[in-house]
Amino acid sequence: MIRRADHITQIRAFERRHLIRGGLSVGALALLGGCDLSTHDGAFDRMLWAMLRFNDRMQALLFNPNRLAATFRPDQITRPFKFNAYYPLAQVRSPDPDWALEVSGLVSDTADWSLDRLGALPQESQITRHICVEGWSQIGQWSGVPLRLFLQSIGADLHARYVGFECFDDYSSSIDMASALHPQTILALEFEGAALTPEWGAPVRLRIPTKLGFKNPKNIQAITVTNKNPGGYWEDQGYNWFSGS
Amino acid sequence: MPAPPNSTSMTQMQSSLHQAHPAIVRITHWVGAAAMIVMILSGWAIYNASPILPFLIPQWMTLGGWLGAGIAWHIAAMWVLIVDGLVYLAWGVASGHFRRDFLPVSPRAIVRDLAAALTLRLTHREGEYNAVQKLLYVLVVTAGLLAVLTGLSIWKPVQLGSLTWVFGGYDIARRLHFALMSCIVAFLVVHIVLVALIPSTLVSMITGGRARSTAP
Repeated sequence: MIRRADHITQIRAFERRHLIRGGLSVGALALLGGCDLSTHDGAFDRMLWAMLRFNDRMQALLFNPNRLAATFRPDQITRPFKFNAYYPLAQVRSPDPDWALEVSGLVSDTADWSLDRLGALPQESQITRHICVEGWSQIGQWSGVPLRLFLQSIGADLHARYVGFECFDDYSSSIDMASALHPQTILALEFEGAALTPEWGAPVRLRIPTKLGFKNPKNIQAITVTNKNPGGYWEDQGYNWFSGS
Repeated sequence: MPAPPNSTSMTQMQSSLHQAHPAIVRITHWVGAAAMIVMILSGWAIYNASPILPFLIPQWMTLGGWLGAGIAWHIAAMWVLIVDGLVYLAWGVASGHFRRDFLPVSPRAIVRDLAAALTLRLTHREGEYNAVQKLLYVLVVTAGLLAVLTGLSIWKPVQLGSLTWVFGGYDIARRLHFALMSCIVAFLVVHIVLVALIPSTLVSMITGGRARSTAP
């Protein structure tokens, strides 16, 4: 199945042409009126962006740091597991041989982390439901380092507001500190009991079952702890930043 | 005790106050209608991102233009619909509006009024609901309530996990949400056809109208 998320730029360009040619329609009115989040001016778009920020605050209030996402049995794992990214499978990039995780921001130790060093930290495993912003979902198994433990290991300011992720596939995302410290939030090194392969996010990805799939960045290159919201690839285009489940 | 001399004018004043549709019903009706239409059109944009049935909703019928904006509209209108719905439900219960105007709905009356409606012989008395209207309104209010609850359960399957569980888990809740939307759209079609047949109902939902039973 071709998903619009994979081709959003082309689709949006096409839709604009198509809709304007198509004449009056709800979608065309929406686009012409600037109420598709494509702008930051215009009454509708300003209202929508304001509501997105309101939703972020409401979702943060609704977030219970002790509530766990449902876990599943191994026989409930979805197979085959669907690949998903903002690009097609053929464009997956492999990490450099000298890859090391970079750390920056409000941390006391900014030394790089090799995969071996990450693997030496205590590991957690989970079988949880990955829910895409598009609505579909699938159950998978990941294991890795609890992000809380990693943040403690680098001497992060746990009262900072955000943890940001930069990926070498030019993706990015960021999460709130409360969600970062949730017990099921892990820096996953393994998928279904084997080291991550590039399409599943090698060498390390974020697995956070309390947020939608696009808040689970793969192929992570750098982590930053900050009080300035780093935004993200989709978040900057208008997907709700908090996007908690 | 003798009636005060101005009792007639008092009665007239009271009857003019007793409208077919009190202001709170009209306001919550139109705010809710606008929010519900935004919910439906933006919901179709969301549906198209990952359809659960073998068809897409035509692009021109959707609101937002793409998934992100569809969701933004959907969640924005959600707050309006929730506040509007809570005001309406609280008032409906507290004022006795639901008990007085929606109940009882007897199966026999429904069959009688439905037959009359289908043969276009159903008379409309302003300020008084016939059995088909009562049934439809009870059903659509229930469907609206369940649509909001199933929607919340798929928006927050972790934080509201018990609600998601009640609706059979994420995937079933998502399909229920779609089915409830379909019920509401079906209601809208019937509702709008009936309003078109009796246009004075549209006027009274805007101006309030006057209940015939209490008017002189």
